[in-house]
Amino acid sequence: MIDILPTLVPLPVLLPLIGAGLALVLSKHSRAQNLVSILTLSAVMIIAFILLFGVDSNGPQVVAIGGWQPPVGIVLVADRLSALMLVVSSLVTLCVLVYALSQDANDDSNETPISVFNPSYLVLCAGVANAFLAGDLFNLYVGFEMFLLASYVLLTLGATAERIRAGVTYVVVSLVSSVIFLTAIGIIYAATGTVNMAQLSERIGDLPADVQMILHVLLLLGFGIKAAIFPLSFWLPDSYPTAPAPVTAVFAGLLTKVGIYAIIRTETLLFAESSLRVPLLIAAALTMLIGILGAIAQSEIKRIVSFTLVSHIGYMLFGVALGTSVGLSAAIYYTVHHIIVQTALFLAIGMVEMRGGSTSTRSLGGLMVLSPALSIIFFIPALNLSGIPPFSGFIGKVALFAAGFSDHDWLAISLIVAGTLTSLLTLYVIGRTFNLAFWRDPADAEEPNEGLVSEFSERKKTLLAGKTWKSQIGVPGPMVAATSAVVLASIILTIGAAPLWDLSNRAADNLQTPINYVSTVLGGDDS
Amino acid sequence: MSLPFIMVLAMGVLFASGIYLMLERSLTRVLLGFILLGNGANLLLILTAGKGSSPLTDGKHLSTAGMSDPLPQALILTAIVITFAVTAFLLAMIYRSWRLVRADSLQDDAADLQVAITKMIDSEAEASTDYDDTEFGDEAESPITGAVDLDDDGTPKERDAEVDDPPADHAHDRERSDPGGGPRSTASAGDADDDEDGTTETEEKR
Repeated sequence: MIDILPTLVPLPVLLPLIGAGLALVLSKHSRAQNLVSILTLSAVMIIAFILLFGVDSNGPQVVAIGGWQPPVGIVLVADRLSALMLVVSSLVTLCVLVYALSQDANDDSNETPISVFNPSYLVLCAGVANAFLAGDLFNLYVGFEMFLLASYVLLTLGATAERIRAGVTYVVVSLVSSVIFLTAIGIIYAATGTVNMAQLSERIGDLPADVQMILHVLLLLGFGIKAAIFPLSFWLPDSYPTAPAPVTAVFAGLLTKVGIYAIIRTETLLFAESSLRVPLLIAAALTMLIGILGAIAQSEIKRIVSFTLVSHIGYMLFGVALGTSVGLSAAIYYTVHHIIVQTALFLAIGMVEMRGGSTSTRSLGGLMVLSPALSIIFFIPALNLSGIPPFSGFIGKVALFAAGFSDHDWLAISLIVAGTLTSLLTLYVIGRTFNLAFWRDPADAEEPNEGLVSEFSERKKTLLAGKTWKSQIGVPGPMVAATSAVVLASIILTIGAAPLWDLSNRAADNLQTPINYVSTVLGGDDS
Repeated sequence: MSLPFIMVLAMGVLFASGIYLMLERSLTRVLLGFILLGNGANLLLILTAGKGSSPLTDGKHLSTAGMSDPLPQALILTAIVITFAVTAFLLAMIYRSWRLVRADSLQDDAADLQVAITKMIDSEAEASTDYDDTEFGDEAESPITGAVDLDDDGTPKERDAEVDDPPADHAHDRERSDPGGGPRSTASAGDADDDEDGTTETEEKR
């Protein structure tokens, strides 16, 4: 068992890349292509679970790629945090893939060329896995570039005018963040003579404080754009909503969290001593409040949820910025929760779009009567996002606030106030959206959708007559199943909160003692 | 470690001009800016090399004296390839954007504009309730020169011409018909005529 683990570490990166190659070769046979993609991602998910259990009981696994030992060669490192993130990301990517394929199979317009979708989606998964496993700053950069390039393609699928417009903003902003990251790597190499994160952890502490500060801020700027932290978050609500629903779901769920993951690594491993606690806490508060205020002004559900996405990044940053073990483990728990909930919401919105013909609260209505199952699928993650008690969002927020209270600091306390306010405003936004799209009579909408109105009155008549009624517009089964699976995962986070919380505690403890990480990675030097 | 001043200066100029160009709205300039910025970063990588390890040789057949650190060169190769790929993608995207909208500039987000316009209309409507009674009438509808020409329900005329469905008129009538608004209802009927004129005009323009 222990011997297998190091062999498994590179597979979450390798398998999707091989799958992407196969999918390209098979681009003429869409069924075979779909099969390859689903099999690949299922295998990655199983491997990720084995890795998580293995790493949790046997400690971090280090693999030196190509046989060159750490200070010279590139290493992949799987510790508890990366294994946990791998598990969540593989689960989400698999569900979204099933959803996307079944949506595409049912799409008559054939707007999205599926032969491009599959390979780029697999490259995206490989890039995300590479970013989670990288033990080397430059390898992290390569992972970022892999999933970014794939995301450029996915965001502009079909190349319609609207998507190209959104794509330009997204691509240019991402490029700027990549260049900042690359510049930071160059300067870090100049200052320390290494890009291996374990060695950096040892050497950065010896640098003068001002040099450390420059490097720290440069890295945070690069990652902050990716994670959509307030002053750098303007691009997200502008570009995400135009993409196809499954693409938006995986972007919203995963890509911003890769940025958060990179920030956690930077804060704990590289710059454990120099702390930017105060600016980070202020950025967290502004991210929360300004994000949610943006959501209030919107009338498109996709845009509303994109703004709440920005807003809730603030919670994770709050936990990271506290820098305590409790704060970190709360941030890790919240990240896992948020990946799943945000993906579930966007998948549900995709079905709302299919069912109701649009995602504008100005024209939707009556979906509660027309499609009760869909409204439940939307309602659970929506409540979860706003932190209503039994769900994991509540647990995550309570953990964060507890971590804040234990700091005995006015800034942390005001963050808690901001967090509570954001949570209430999220509830308001989500409640309003639900009222408008699901509860009201579609005829009351500002721009009523005739199809919905006539269907609604027909449905009401059959209800009053007590007859059974079959909808004309159905949502394909696999889409419902995939979304339900993600919603179910979010409920499991609630029921299984204790083991997950323990796990994130242990992961946070690992992060708090970077010396273990360093000795595991560089220990391979001697053997 | 001493750096050649001229190279450092070149790097600074590349960064500065790259950032300057990227701030433009024209997409070709953004692309040029990105190329300069990317090359500035690559130059930085190669310039800052020096403190790292020496090349990996066994030292018997080949002395490492006077050899440069190979790692930054590996890094810069990767970075150049990535910059190249992204440049190609950007070019394709800009070309596509030009094909679609016939403009080499960053387009505004329609949904964003919609939100901004809705807010503006709301505050305007509240501020001036007796607007229709002035003798200037419809001419004062758009007091700001160069502003987006709007219909009463807050959509730009161009968009209205595309949608032009009866339900929208319906909602707009309901908004307008408040109690005691006898003269206003006629005014709104007049407005509706104007709307139709407006739409036909824009259609003719096409």
